[in-house]
Parts: sequence; C-alpha cells; structure tokens
Amino acid sequence: MKQVSGKRRGWNWWYLLFVIQFAVALWPPFYNKAEPYLYGIPFFYWFQLLWVLVSAVLTAAVYFATDD
Amino acid sequence: MLEVNWVALGIFLALFGFVTWLGFASAHWRKGDLDEISEWGLGGRRFGTIVTWFLVGGDLYTAYTFIAVPALAFGAGAIAFFAVPYTVIIYPLLFLVFRRLWHVCHKHGYITAGDFVRGRFGNRWLALAVTVTGIVATMPYIALQLVGIQVVIGGLGITGAGLYGDLPLIIAFVVLAAFTYSSGLRAPASIAIVKDVLIYITAFAAVIIIPIELGGFGKIFAAVPAQKLLLAVPGANTTGAYGSYATLALGSAFALFLYPHSLTAVLSASSGHAIRRNAAMLPTYSFMLGLLALVGFFVIASGVHDMPAYAEGFKRFGNNFAVPALLLHSFPPWFVGIAFAAIGIGALVPASIMSIAAANLYTRNIHREFINKNPTNKQESQIAKWVSLIVKAGALVFILFVPTQYAIQLQLLGGIWIIQTLPPVMLGAYTRWFNDWALLVGWAAGTGAGTAMAIATKLTPTFPLAIGGFAFPGYTAVYTVILNLALAIALTPVFNAIGARRVPIDATVASDYHA
Repeated sequence: MKQVSGKRRGWNWWYLLFVIQFAVALWPPFYNKAEPYLYGIPFFYWFQLLWVLVSAVLTAAVYFATDD
Repeated sequence: MLEVNWVALGIFLALFGFVTWLGFASAHWRKGDLDEISEWGLGGRRFGTIVTWFLVGGDLYTAYTFIAVPALAFGAGAIAFFAVPYTVIIYPLLFLVFRRLWHVCHKHGYITAGDFVRGRFGNRWLALAVTVTGIVATMPYIALQLVGIQVVIGGLGITGAGLYGDLPLIIAFVVLAAFTYSSGLRAPASIAIVKDVLIYITAFAAVIIIPIELGGFGKIFAAVPAQKLLLAVPGANTTGAYGSYATLALGSAFALFLYPHSLTAVLSASSGHAIRRNAAMLPTYSFMLGLLALVGFFVIASGVHDMPAYAEGFKRFGNNFAVPALLLHSFPPWFVGIAFAAIGIGALVPASIMSIAAANLYTRNIHREFINKNPTNKQESQIAKWVSLIVKAGALVFILFVPTQYAIQLQLLGGIWIIQTLPPVMLGAYTRWFNDWALLVGWAAGTGAGTAMAIATKLTPTFPLAIGGFAFPGYTAVYTVILNLALAIALTPVFNAIGARRVPIDATVASDYHA
C-alpha cells in the first residue's frame, strides 16, 4: 500500500473516465434523435445501449489502472 | 378470457419447486453459524466476485423492473429508456463509494447503513432516521415484487374470486418467507443464480425471436407513434423532457444503492476487489434491461393490446400485462412457462433480500439501540428472522387488501425518501465534516419537502420547478436532496458553534475506508 504524503487519498485521475460516462448519459440533447438508424433501431436507443457497453469498458479500465 | 395454460403452468411449478428446494438447501452452502446475524443476514460476507454478480444483479433488477420498464415504454415511449442512463450511473457509484463503505463496514462489523452512521457520527437519532427511512422505503418495494408474481399468475390463466384467487400468491409468499427464515441471505444468493440464468434466456429469446416474428426492428419502430419514439424537444424557457429524463436517471441512480437491500448485497461480498470488479461486470444486466425496455415497443407493434384474448389481462393489470401478453402471444407454452418462472422467481430474490435488509435494520438500529442493548448473538439473529417474517406478511396484506396503485405510489415516495439518506451515508463515506444534527435537520427538511411536492404533483415523479419564468421539470428526489444537502452544509457551522462537543465523535479512522 503506497501512501503518498501531501496527496489526498481517494482521488485518482483515472476517475475522469467516470465523469465522461456521467456527462454523456445525462445529456439527452446529444442522443435524442432518430437518425442514423442501425438495423432499423433509432439512434436514441442503440446509442444508449452502446453507451452501456462503453461505460463497462471504461469502468474496467479504471479497475485495472487503480488499486484498492 | 384467459384459459389455464397447463403446459406453461407445469413448467412454472416445476421451476418454482426447484428453487424452493434450493432455498432450503442453501442453508448448508458455505456453512456458517446461522445463529449469528452476520451469517444469517449477510451470508457471512463470503461471496466472491461471481456470486456477488448474480446476487447484486438478482437483487437490483427485480421482477417488477422487468414488468414495469417495458410497460412504461409501451405506454409512454422514449421516457422509459431513462432506466438505461440510470444504470450507467450506478456502477461508478458502486466502484467509488460502496467499495469504501464495504471496507469500513467489514472492519467494524457493521451490517446496515444505520450501523455505519451510528459509528461515523455517534448520533443514535441520525442513525434512527436512516433506519426508519430504509425500512419504510423498502416495504412498498417488497409489495411491488408481489405485483410481479400476481401478473404472471394471472397470465398463466389462474383467476378466481376472493381468497381462492389470491391463494397462489399466498403460497408463493409462505414459501419465500420460510426459506428466508431458515437460510437467510444464502437462499436468495443461490436462487439468484437460477433466476438470472432464466432471465437472460428469456430476454435474449424475446429480443431475437419476437423481432423476427414481427418482421424486423424497422417494422417495429415504424409502428411506434412519433410522439413516443423520441423525447419531446423542450420549448422555450424550459428544460422540458430532457430535464425530466436526466434527473430521473440521476436521482434513481443515487437512490438505488441507498436502499437497504442494495447495501445488504454489497456488504455480503468477500472483498473490496469483488465490488470493484462487479462495477465493470454488472452492466451486462443494464444492457439486458435496455433490450427489455424495447419489448414495450414490440408490444405496440404486435397489436396484442387489441386482441380479445388478452383484454381481460389488460383490464386487470393495466399496462403491466403488456409483457406477459406478448410472451403468451409469441412463444410456445413450454417457453412461456420458463419466461413466467423467470419473472416469478425474479420477484422472490429481491423480496427475500429486502426483507432481510429491513430485518437487519430493525434488529441492529432499533431493537439493539433502544430496547435490548446487549442481546446474545442468538437472540439477535432470532429477532432478525422474526422481523423478516413480519415485514413480508405486511407486504402481503398490503397487496391483498389495498389497490396496487397505492403500492406503486408509495414506492415512488420511497425513492424520494431514501435519497434523503445520501448525505450521511454516501458523503459520510468520504467526510466527517458534517455536523450530525445538521444532517438530521437536512434529512427532515428533504423528507418533508419531498412528500409535500409529491402530493402537490398528485404522486407523479417529476415536479415543475420554476425559477424566474424558467421551468425545470425534474425528479422530485433530486431537488429535495439538494435542499437537504444545502441545509446540512449551511447548518453545520451553526450547530458546531452552539454545540458543547468540541471534538466530533467518530468511531472510524481514515484507513478504515480502503484496503
């Protein structure tokens, strides 16, 4: 366990990946559109489903990049 | 008129019988002394990454979710998809905040949020507020799980008047209560594995086979009315549907892990690593939930709503019958049996965990705090077991004698109430800066204002907040927790100044919060 003095434990720059997940998910103007369709599914739906997967990958990246 | 579907019923009963056996047998799984509350109520904190994945997934993605989210998509359209950004937000919270809570609870033997708040802030009244909020918010949630069972039993064609009609539900709940009593958290943990496998099979079959039957996604979405397909673009001077969508997602996400049953599942993990790994693995459930939300549109495209065969079901259960109707229409009876069992068992798992969580709260933070300060381990676990029965009996009585609509409205209020515990629990995991009395005042104000706003909006989730001619319609829970937090921040220096205590009480130290 490394304790860097002077640096507040708890924040890690990798956590910015979480901020990206939040910002996109919580900004409906970004994805509230029907075009482009994917296999007949409007953008609104397939993008948000895709974002679930992207978020999982980002979270996994944070998991591997930070330690407990 | 729905006919009794014998093949489906047979498979449904066989699967139900199997999980009943599993529930009782799991008392011996990773055997521990069930006369200890941490064994009965947390499974001895022994669950590794995989079991935790099944348990948390089985716990959070409830039967009611699988019925209600597609039903909302069917009825209201795009707004129902807020469940997807909502589940995107919960996992970073799990990763950051609940990993810390896991560590501190593990170190101090805390089994509830009330335990943590009591230790962190040394204030039994603040802990009581967190505890009572947790129990009160959980009760209608358990009742809603019963609605999930009711709908599938109705879908199997079993109807009847009075007690006879309610008998299947009563039997299901007696079974649930019995295995929860005897096996504790081990029962829902093992059943969750069966439930989740069945749910995944059902979900993927539904989103692959039904679109093929209906002629592809293009045709399905073409059948969805334009006003349901996307969120309405806000007009001038309002954040409109965008604000509602984002605040519903945000508020629901923060509320979710504050519910006692979420924390119970999180604390039963064997390590902080298991929690962090699960933050990356659990989104598979979110993806499935998003696919299931699309099923609401399949219902529109299939036209089952207008078929006479399902008219009675829709009349009895409203839009909650949308998913069962579509499954009955689209699949052979044997698969309907599997799918309905998935939903029915999907109700048992969270209902069991919720009753355990409420029981842990009562036992630790009301009984031990205010009634019997030094119970033996055996007494403590015995009280918890009895309370789990009482809680479930209460939910059953509620569903049998009170209109379903009230359970739904109370659950809505429950979300607004539970989020008020955010400052002491989630922020408490990071800082002891807040004054405990200031937190209590903030909690009371948030709870009061939230209840009043919900009543003012006739128990709909969003409140039309207006500031200087600009409207911000949004989830009441978000607005009231902001009020709560603002008061807690503003009053902390005030209470610190008038308080006699110079050094704040805190049973925890910074190193307790990580490995």
